[in-house]
Order: sequence, then C-alpha cells, then structure tokens
Amino acid sequence: MADTTTYETPGEAQFGDYVALLKPRVMSLVVFTAFVGLIVAPVHLHPLVAFCSVLFIAIGGGASGALNMWYDADIDAVMRRTKGRPIPSGRVTGGEALGLGLALSGISVMMLGLSANWFAAGFLAFTIFFYAVIYTMWLKRSTPQNIVIGGAAGAFPPMIGWACATGGISIESLLMFALIFFWTPPHFWALALFMKEDYHNAGVPMLTVTHGRQVTRRHIFAYTLVLAPFAIWLGLTSVGGPIYLTAAVVLNALFIWRGWQVMRRTDEQSYGDGHKAEKSFFKLSLYYLFAHFAALLIQHWVGV
Amino acid sequence: MMALRTEHELHGRRRSRNVGLLVVLLAFVALIFGLTVVKVQNGEGAALEGFDHQARPALLPREEGVEISPSRDPVAAPGTPAAEQGARTEP
Repeated sequence: MADTTTYETPGEAQFGDYVALLKPRVMSLVVFTAFVGLIVAPVHLHPLVAFCSVLFIAIGGGASGALNMWYDADIDAVMRRTKGRPIPSGRVTGGEALGLGLALSGISVMMLGLSANWFAAGFLAFTIFFYAVIYTMWLKRSTPQNIVIGGAAGAFPPMIGWACATGGISIESLLMFALIFFWTPPHFWALALFMKEDYHNAGVPMLTVTHGRQVTRRHIFAYTLVLAPFAIWLGLTSVGGPIYLTAAVVLNALFIWRGWQVMRRTDEQSYGDGHKAEKSFFKLSLYYLFAHFAALLIQHWVGV
Repeated sequence: MMALRTEHELHGRRRSRNVGLLVVLLAFVALIFGLTVVKVQNGEGAALEGFDHQARPALLPREEGVEISPSRDPVAAPGTPAAEQGARTEP
C-alpha cells in the first residue's frame, strides 16, 4: 500500500490558527481594560483570583471573536485586510470555529462565575451574546450605526472587571464604559476613511459607504466632542485624581484638535497625501484609549 | 515495498496542535488547583461546605453581641465518638 494522505487541504491548521480565531489583538485591549477595571475597584482581590478573572474575561472575548469569524467568513473573504484569516484561507472550517467559539463561551462564563462571582459571569455571557448575535449577526450588515451600538461590546470589559471585584455596577464603571463606547465610532470611522474600498466591496454598510465621506468626517469630530466630558468626568470620581485628570485634559484637547483637522479636509487633500491626517488620527486614537486606562492604573498606584 | 513507518505522517503534521492543546490543558489543571487552594485558604470553601455537609452554625457570619456557648444538653450524630461515649442521639 502506498502512503495514504488523509485529505488535501491548503495547509494543515496549526495551533496558531486556532489562536488567531480568538482575535488576539482585540483580546489585548480586553485584557488591559478589564484588568484596569478590576484593579481600580475598591475591593481587593487575591492576585491569582484577579489573574484568573481577567483570563476568563479574555477567553470569553476570544470566544465571541471566533463566533464572529464563523459568521463573517463571507465578508472576510472579500476584504483585503481579513482574507488571510483562518476560515477564508481554508485552514480551519467554519464548523470548527463555531464549535470552538461555543465551547470557550461556556467554559469562560462558568469559570468566571466560580473564580469571581455570578454577576460578573452573567455580564460576560451578555457581552458575548451582544457581540456575536446583536452586533455580528444583526447590526453589522443592516445599519451604518453598526459600530456605534456594537462598540458597547468592546466597552463592557472594564465593567466586568469592576464587577469581578465589587459584584456590581457603579458610576466609575459606567464612565469607563462610556469612555470606550464613545471612543469606538471615531476610531473605526477613521479606519474606514482610508479603507473605504474594502468595506464597500464587502457590502458592509459603513457610514462612509451609506452617507458619504464628508458626513463621516463630521461624525468623527462630533464624537470627539461627546467623548471629552465623559473622560474628564471619570477623573472626578473615586478612581480619578490629578494624574488622570492631567492626562485626560491633554489627550482630549489633542483628540478634538486632530478630529477638527480630519473634518476640515476634503477627499482631494486626503487622497493627495495618502490619508495622512486620517491615519495619524487613527494612530492617536489607539494611544488615546491606552493612555487613559494607563493613567487610571498609575493614579490608583500613586493614590488619590 | 514500502518501509514500515512507526508513525503516521498525520501525527507530524498535527504536532503543533497536539502539543499546544496539551500545554493548554495542563495550564488549566494548574490554574484550577491554584484557585482551589486560594479559595479554601480565604475561607470561601466554608460557604461550599453547606451544600453537602450538615450546616454548622460556626460557619455563619458572627453577629455582634451574641455569645455562642456549648449546649448544656448536646445531641450527637449517630455513629460519632460522642454518641459512642453515651451522648443522646435523639433531639
């Protein structure tokens, strides 16, 4: 008998492909914000319990990423940015991603309930449901407000972290939610401004496609104005202090200023310099969020 | 004639998956063990004890100003050393 090959696939799925299904880059944001939410909360957790809680929140986030990739494989196959993902490239089947997503959802929720508390676990379950069903299956393909409402899923992790420590919700955790919630639309719209063709080809109703690019520019600036009061308000609560407030004032002034620049530009200018202002706004938005949560952490360690 | 192979080439192709899963499962076991140790040391194990043991009043949160002293007329569970030493077993 000759050598048998069980089946031919475009490359065997490696361990890293299953990790890629969990969207590790999104996960890093989830880990960081959930960690900050948990640490700045007024209740102290044992370090191992805190570690496990953040880990299970991250796995829950990863599970919803896998469910998203299972459902969105048709979109991912069309967009340049995503067509190398495990499912569109054929290394992992859709069914495997679905199975992994469902299994990890169940494990992460149960384990968070056991390591922290059942309120936090229920919150995590709701977040997974919100991202996988409300955002991915329903809003993403139906409304240009998709990322505005879907952004809530990304904004829940610090609230879950806070809930792990305190077992509840408070004004501080709601404001951390607001910070990410209002940050998400300008962040993704800036991305859409220099990735326009991608979303257009995939038929995702991004604001740039449905309402035009000038409207999107105005929306970006408007959201930087809405975002600033919430970011500063967070500094006036029990988790804030002079360090956080200083960082928030500087970052928001910068964010509004760059948002203003993006709004004042026309598409000719934008294409002329290769979307320079839009790309730098997008980059700033990444630092913006990271720096706010880092400032909360430093403020917590230094003391109010 | 084909040489005998001790290992199917499938195992080679799937090595990274299998080793990766092994590491994940071992880490999971270690994590659960560590979590259990922490929970028991922090006294959270006592809360779980109520599910499969007879509830002990000593496990309940202590109330201010209430002295818990041994009963003057204790009731022993059947089969315990106290019952064998003659304590009554009927309430």
